[in-house]
Amino acid sequence: MGYSIREALAAFRRAPGLAALSAASIGFSLFVFGIFALAAYNVRLTLRQAEERVEIVAYLVDDLDAGQLEVLQNEVRAFPEVTEIRFVSKFEAMRNAVRDLPEFRDVFTDLDVNPLPASLEVRLRPEYRDPESVARVAERIALYPFVEEARYGQDWVEKLDRLRRIAGAVASILGTAFALVAVIIIGTTIRIAVFARRDEIAIMQLVGAADGLIRRPFLLEGLLTGLAGGLLALGLSFLAYLAVDRSLIHIAWLPRTWVAAQVAAGAVLGWLSSGAAVRRHLRAL
Amino acid sequence: MIRFTHVYKEYPRSGLALKNVSFQIQKGEFAFLTGPSGAGKSTVLRLIHMADEPTDGEVRVLGLSSQTIRRRQIPELRRRVGMVFQDFRLLRDRTAADNIAFCLEVTSTRRSQIWPRVQRLLADVGLAAKAGAYPDELSGGEQQRVGIARALANNPVVLLADEPTGNLDERAARGVVELIRSIHATGMSVVMATHDLDLARRYPQYRVIALDEGALVSDTAQPETVRRDGV
Ligand SMILES: Nc1ncnc2c1ncn2[C@@H]1O[C@H](COP(=O)(O)OP(=O)(O)O)[C@@H](O)[C@H]1O
Ligand SMILES: [Mg+2]
Repeated sequence: MGYSIREALAAFRRAPGLAALSAASIGFSLFVFGIFALAAYNVRLTLRQAEERVEIVAYLVDDLDAGQLEVLQNEVRAFPEVTEIRFVSKFEAMRNAVRDLPEFRDVFTDLDVNPLPASLEVRLRPEYRDPESVARVAERIALYPFVEEARYGQDWVEKLDRLRRIAGAVASILGTAFALVAVIIIGTTIRIAVFARRDEIAIMQLVGAADGLIRRPFLLEGLLTGLAGGLLALGLSFLAYLAVDRSLIHIAWLPRTWVAAQVAAGAVLGWLSSGAAVRRHLRAL
Repeated sequence: MIRFTHVYKEYPRSGLALKNVSFQIQKGEFAFLTGPSGAGKSTVLRLIHMADEPTDGEVRVLGLSSQTIRRRQIPELRRRVGMVFQDFRLLRDRTAADNIAFCLEVTSTRRSQIWPRVQRLLADVGLAAKAGAYPDELSGGEQQRVGIARALANNPVVLLADEPTGNLDERAARGVVELIRSIHATGMSVVMATHDLDLARRYPQYRVIALDEGALVSDTAQPETVRRDGV
């Protein structure tokens, strides 16, 4: 192991320019990845906030007694899709209307009878906020005789769902593309490094060095280069985050696991692509 | 110890480099491999070193067969079969001592043993005073001695030499051959490829295996089996 570490470090000393170039190219491809992650993460946050608003409102008939309400609440709460329900009485509905629509305050207060129905606001678990589940639960609630109507913003739910699907597809396509670019760049730079040391490799094979030992310094070199690239990418991504957050719109910084993943991705990409490059070289002999 | 059995070697573009070559070399033997350029001498040495596989037939070296050897067994074999070349194959950016130390290091010699062993090997080939010299600062003969010291680093039982005197003047060549002879005298088996028939004739006590156009045309160890049937 001492040999591999020394050789890997010697490689940086012997060709610092090449090492810096490799780290920079890994850094920049992972930076693009990081920018993308930042965008994806913030879109996801926004979508999740929007999803919070997905709910079903069941408008109830006026002559509902307390026992029926009790039964309805208990049964709906027991639906597997449901996480939370809230009863809004006729009185509360009126108060909300007065609060939310001040320009109609006079109209509301002049009325003798309260025309607004009581309702049950039903919130679904996050995994059931897709259009099919929402529609299914709404239909089931509407079957109760003392439920006048069950509404949910159908358009809104469907749009949200489409947006979510598009974001997911774009994320996987672009993510894969950028990862591939990084692999190609690292593979190429390690191939240059292998080529620069081809004489040494040939001598090692000549005198009977094991393949693993020949490979290890390059793997380590790839790992360290990738790690440096990952850290560079992290720094650049953070600068980009600061720039956007300060001057354009407020956005969130990536969670710690994503940050760790970005740096680890650099190291792993470095390791894997140098492994592939060296293996190809050794095969060819 | 080394046995070729009906060995054929075909290269994709240049055709058959070896045609039905069979011979056997015993432990402690000194064999010249002669023949004009292109006869297949280097190919024979490469096959012994398992740097290449025969197209047909079998090469056995130190109990390992070309037909069954695994890739990971090859390094072990090469530590027991030293090899030197016409062009020395030294690393130009390392001193004579470092070239030998590198070889020991990458074949997992314990660190404390490397430097004493390097000193010893350099002394054995008469280069104790040139340990710190770079290849470019050494004569051809001296470079070949470094190559030989490196080949001996892991105490091999066979030394393969591919035209070891090909790049040397008369005097240096003689010195290298004498060095190889003295190594042979310690019990080492030697196979030396050379196109220089005069060199082989100078040592009639050694076996001569002659190749021509890939076929074994004569073998002083088995004069009765000489054949030119080739394919
Ligand atoms: N790597 C190779 N690829 C293709 N042809 C080769 C290769 N090595 C040797 N040959 C061919 O095999 C034949 C024998 O070559 P070689 O063993 O080097 O002969 P020698 O060492 O006796 O001069 C020649 O015709 C040569 O062109
Ligand atoms: Mg040759």
